[in-house]
Amino acid sequence: MISVRGLAYRYGSNEVLRLADWNVAPGERWLVLGPSGSGKTTLLHLVAGLIRPAEGELEVAGENLRELDGMRLDRWRGATVGIVLQSLHLLRHLSVRDNLRIAQYLAHAPQDDARIAETLGALGVADKAARRAAELSEGERQRVAVARAVVNRPKLLLADEPTANLDDRAAAQAVELLLEQAERHGATLVVATHDSRVKRNFERRLDLSA
Amino acid sequence: MNLATLSAGYLRARPLNTALSLLLLALGVGTIVLLVLVVSQLEERMHRDARGIDLVVGAKGSPMQLILSGIYHVDAPTGNIPLAAAQALAGHRLVKRAIPLALGDGWKGFRIVGAGHEYLEHYGAKPVVGRLWVKSMEVVLGAEVAARTGVGVGARFAGSHGISGQGEEHGAAPYDVVGVLGRTGSVLDRLVLTGIESVWQVHEEEHGPQDAQDSKGLEEDREVTVLLLQYASPLAAATLPRQINSKSELQAASPAYETARLFRIVGVGVEALRAFAIVLIIAAGLSVFIALYTALEERRYDLAVMRTLGASPGRLFGLLLMEGLVLAVLGTLIGLVLGHAFASGLGAWLEAQRQYPVTGLEWRAQELWLGAVALAVGVLAALLPAWRAYRTDVSRTLAQG
Repeated sequence: MISVRGLAYRYGSNEVLRLADWNVAPGERWLVLGPSGSGKTTLLHLVAGLIRPAEGELEVAGENLRELDGMRLDRWRGATVGIVLQSLHLLRHLSVRDNLRIAQYLAHAPQDDARIAETLGALGVADKAARRAAELSEGERQRVAVARAVVNRPKLLLADEPTANLDDRAAAQAVELLLEQAERHGATLVVATHDSRVKRNFERRLDLSA
Repeated sequence: MNLATLSAGYLRARPLNTALSLLLLALGVGTIVLLVLVVSQLEERMHRDARGIDLVVGAKGSPMQLILSGIYHVDAPTGNIPLAAAQALAGHRLVKRAIPLALGDGWKGFRIVGAGHEYLEHYGAKPVVGRLWVKSMEVVLGAEVAARTGVGVGARFAGSHGISGQGEEHGAAPYDVVGVLGRTGSVLDRLVLTGIESVWQVHEEEHGPQDAQDSKGLEEDREVTVLLLQYASPLAAATLPRQINSKSELQAASPAYETARLFRIVGVGVEALRAFAIVLIIAAGLSVFIALYTALEERRYDLAVMRTLGASPGRLFGLLLMEGLVLAVLGTLIGLVLGHAFASGLGAWLEAQRQYPVTGLEWRAQELWLGAVALAVGVLAALLPAWRAYRTDVSRTLAQG
């Protein structure tokens, strides 16, 4: 699913991040560990095609990302990758349903209300579909953010610090949600975190602090 | 969900900014629409009313006043001229046609005009109800007069002295309505027409009972107010006005020249208003620009998130451009409606004042241009914000959040 070989990313002009080789098979659940500044987020963004490596090979879900041009890369991302961000970043002025609809629209997927209802239902927030994102509680926003990431049935689900700022119970729940949804959609899951509470849920770990 | 609904969602999320941009644009567009409608309608109507009239002859005074009262019937007459002088001029070899008019009275704010049937023929007016006048004190009503007063054939009324309708009534000499004219779109629609001798009769009766001996003497004192002339040859334009103006009691005024002068005078005001409207439209463009540009800061994350969901930079560019466009389209539509509503309101007011009519129900080709300009302003105002959205650095923005 993910194949990284001799990958390097250049911040600005001279600061270069070199990444260890890394292979992820389809369906695996991985934890990317390391203190802040170790390049977890950069690795995640590289894998999602949001930034481009300076050198090395990067193959994700069967595509050589270095060979895709801008537009094709954006389309590929919309269709293949679901991303849950640390601060969730729902579009506050839109309804919950529209937050999922826009994910379908931007990924060039058909706008399918039945799919949206089903996805929200699986995450226990079906009754919030008409509410504005700004009106939701923290827990509900977490669920909607995961719903938005999986509504297009991505092959790869990425989460960046999903448990930061959460108490133990909420953090456990958030990880539970991600594992459950990855399972449900047959997606490969990669979680980047420095949160040690998450470790016990994952057998495979990539430690960037080394 | 598409770019348009998404844009509309963002615009709704900032109601005050959106309302301000729309208001400025709508006022600017509305003002220009109003100007275009009023000026073009006035020009068209004034040209139609003056068609075929090369020269207006009347008493000395302001030449513009002579035109305004003699052709358009919106100003007070400059005075009267002797019938004999008018008849002499009508027989001039350079004059093809002469139409004498006797003014001075009004009814319910409409003017009573004494004229020959040739005055009606000149504007192609025919009665749709009843017939033309044949005897003294018979009148036909212009279409607008009949419509506004609700009076028809068989009615009898007394005119009042002066055109305002405030003067004393000529109760002793009532008019009989014998016909109503069809609508011509010309000044005749707003006139009450009768034979010249009716006007003479009304005023002679004011001066005491008339008998057979007097009438001969009165004949010589008879007057008309204006004479509308059509030249027999282009040569007349060079000589006739000068000839007439050199006679002490007469004045000749050219409708073409005077209306051009009038529009030059009015034009200063029109230009000032137009400049003001253009400033409004530019302010609207700035308002759109500032609203979109300042909102970019708080929308950085939204834009970055859209990129993670598969949006290309081009789509973000399109989204911002669409917001400018949606504002421009809405503002222009509201402006068009406002402009036509203003024109209708002004038309209703002018009609109540028995003034030159204006309608808001007509459209002009310039409005299409105006729409195009307004859309261009919206797009232009959104270009820079759209470019910034295009350049959003997703990775860095998300890393900061």
